[in-house]
Amino acid sequence: MSGCAKRCKQGLIKFAVTVHKLLTGTLVNDKADDDLEITMVCHRPEGLDQLEALTNFSKKELQVLYRGFKNECPSGVVNEETFKQIYAQFFPHGDASTYAHYLFNAFDTAHSGSIKFEDFVTALSILLRGSITEKLQWTFNLYDINRDGYINKEEMTDIVRAIYDMMGKYTYPVLKNDAPKQHVEAFFQKMDKNRDGVVTLDEFIYSCQEDENIMRSLQLFENVI
Amino acid sequence: MAAGVATWLPFARAAAVGWLPLAKKTMPKPPIDNSSKSDEILYVNVSGVRFQTWKNTLDRYPETLLGSSEKEFFYNEDTQEFFFDRDPEMFRHILNFYRTGKLHYPRNECIQAFDEELAFYGIVPEIIGDCCMEEYRDRKKENQERLAEDTEANEGVDAPLPPNSTSRERLWRAFENPHTSTMALVFYYVTGFFIAVSVIANVVETVPCRPPLGSVKDLPCGEKYKVPFFCMDTACVLIFTFEYLMRLFAAPSRCNFMRSVMSVIDVVAIMPYYIGLVMPENEDVSGAFVTLRVFRVFRIFKFSRHSAGLRILGYTLKSCASELGFLLFSLTMAIIIFATVMFYAEKGTKGSTFTSIPASFWYTIVTMTTLGYGDMVPNTIAGKIFGSICSLSGVLVIALPVPVIVSNFSRIYHQNQRADKMRAQQKVRMARIRMAKRGTANAFLQYKEDRNIGDPDGCVKNRSAFDQQHNHLLHCLEKTTNHEFTNEMNYSELCMTESVGFKTSRSTSLSSHQGAQNNSSGCCPRRARRRAAMRLANSTVSVSRGSVQELDTLHLKTTCIPPQTRSSLNAQMCDMKLNCGDPDFTAAIISIPTPPANSPDESLPPSPAPMLGILRNTRATAYIQDSVKISSL
Repeated sequence: MSGCAKRCKQGLIKFAVTVHKLLTGTLVNDKADDDLEITMVCHRPEGLDQLEALTNFSKKELQVLYRGFKNECPSGVVNEETFKQIYAQFFPHGDASTYAHYLFNAFDTAHSGSIKFEDFVTALSILLRGSITEKLQWTFNLYDINRDGYINKEEMTDIVRAIYDMMGKYTYPVLKNDAPKQHVEAFFQKMDKNRDGVVTLDEFIYSCQEDENIMRSLQLFENVI
Repeated sequence: MAAGVATWLPFARAAAVGWLPLAKKTMPKPPIDNSSKSDEILYVNVSGVRFQTWKNTLDRYPETLLGSSEKEFFYNEDTQEFFFDRDPEMFRHILNFYRTGKLHYPRNECIQAFDEELAFYGIVPEIIGDCCMEEYRDRKKENQERLAEDTEANEGVDAPLPPNSTSRERLWRAFENPHTSTMALVFYYVTGFFIAVSVIANVVETVPCRPPLGSVKDLPCGEKYKVPFFCMDTACVLIFTFEYLMRLFAAPSRCNFMRSVMSVIDVVAIMPYYIGLVMPENEDVSGAFVTLRVFRVFRIFKFSRHSAGLRILGYTLKSCASELGFLLFSLTMAIIIFATVMFYAEKGTKGSTFTSIPASFWYTIVTMTTLGYGDMVPNTIAGKIFGSICSLSGVLVIALPVPVIVSNFSRIYHQNQRADKMRAQQKVRMARIRMAKRGTANAFLQYKEDRNIGDPDGCVKNRSAFDQQHNHLLHCLEKTTNHEFTNEMNYSELCMTESVGFKTSRSTSLSSHQGAQNNSSGCCPRRARRRAAMRLANSTVSVSRGSVQELDTLHLKTTCIPPQTRSSLNAQMCDMKLNCGDPDFTAAIISIPTPPANSPDESLPPSPAPMLGILRNTRATAYIQDSVKISSL
């Protein structure tokens, strides 16, 4: 009831103000609250030297990385929207947003909702210059959506489905609806050694190390920069 | 700290000597100046234009890019300068900000470009100096408005409905955008016609018709042909009621709809009829009823749904409400003043028409609007003088707010024009955007073709490093999901062939792209075929190594498929004879260490001789229908 009275009062006040404005004929003035509220979220990364110490990149590489980063996000942080947009530009065929969402969460280790340059570069350092175990660990982290240390079938299905979404509609052969599920089944067959329905980090690392192809392809992306 | 204050600091400190005799305690030690080295000049190279400035200048604003350590990322060791690949013209203004402490907005630059530069250099736009702030704000608001209407126009008032929309949503859409369906268009025109009919009927029924036989007086047509007019009125009101109820039903938010102007007009237009029906044939009440009929003229406002011009006029009046209000208010003031003056001036004269001040209102209004009916005329000299002042001032007062209203109308009108033009060009734009997107998608497909055909024969097109890496990335995605990208044409054909019922096992072929678009695929068809065969051989070899998990699975399919679709490993080269009716055979190169299914060891078509032997040797574990693929990151 009090809400109603308050609204009535507000309405009355607004009406009075409008009548007043009508009578006095004030020109439409720039309302102050109309102001351009730019909340500049600006973040500056740590110095080049510290970053070089923290990661496995050389100074030159860090410079190159930063310039690219800064070009897309002048404010110094990437939020999820921008991240999705950036990532979507690489996959024009399909819908990269779901996978970008998971990637974003994997990069954003502090769960702050935005990726700073340090997070970005740390993750890249692991991915490009890290040891095998580190890379696998990062991957496990990506898959483990709820960060509980286990990958269960639902999480894996989500990830796989997101990957398939990136393919888009026009694929050859035609994408069937249960393709992701089958994919997940195969994955679990391979990785889940003790058949308990979840994959732990150790099982994951062990299984991947058994597989020569995975090992080989892990080294593919090393000279990306 | 602004530049100005910093330079005055040494003076202030020197003047502190004057306190020394008065001080009760000893002075504290001065801070040690750590930056003993003299100020150095920094070189900043912005796209070739070299700027030089003192390091201190840049250090004045440590929360910006140039003032903080962030600029280290842009330092070029070889040339000992900071290199920025940005606009040098804009940089001039940025650097001036450091030097003078005031940021100016260059008037001939695009506001968005300027904002982007500011964001890049970490400068907040709020610090733009007063001299340029007004301009900046105006341009920014204009730009935002334009963006807003662009997004509004794009948002697809004309966009197709989502497929699972309820009938209610479709109905609402038909009402709001009549040109989306023929039914809606028909309805739109029908209602328009009936509005016109109703208005004309209202007008005509007051025209005096020839009196019926035996009577002298002229009768208005409404009285003479009571029944036809009543029928017409009923028909119109029925249509309007039906339309209103339909709109009410379809409206996404009934509350909002009922409060909207158009719905109020609708209600006002049809209410008099129903009230008239309900009201008894009573003498006194019918007097009020007659007044109600006046409201029927509101039906003409229903035309505003059909006419954009009327709507623009309405918007203009609404947006100029304050100007109109001012006009009214000032007019009222002037009327009262002049009416009073005229009344007292004419009070004495005999037979004067200025009987009271309210009576003089009429004279003042008529005079100020320069109408001058002449039914009330001042007779005294004083009255005439004041009368002339009144008419002169009337012209001025009315002329003042008019340009504001006109400019508002012009702005809204042009906005509307722009929106219409954009909607007309929408199709072209969408087509262009679609082509661009297809271009990028096609780039990858083209790359795949070239990859399979090209390298050793030098058919490689020159691709930038970025393109190559991007293509590699997409290729990895294909391998992960074990599906390939294809374009719309092939996809629709695939769908068709599947639906026709061919037993399609999923077939990925490493090199079946040849068959894809045209028979003369690329420059090296035969080579490709051989290479394809060799690749198959390679992968089969790997099978024999045990349960190695390849990244792909290979199925061969020899069913009747028109040449265009990707089919078997041996692409549809003209010499290849496909026998219809050959059963499927699948040779899966890969799988998982799971129980093998029996692979039907069908006969292979004769051409790929090298494969034959190898395939026959391996009892490849195969799944006919489902092959499961493993993915690795």
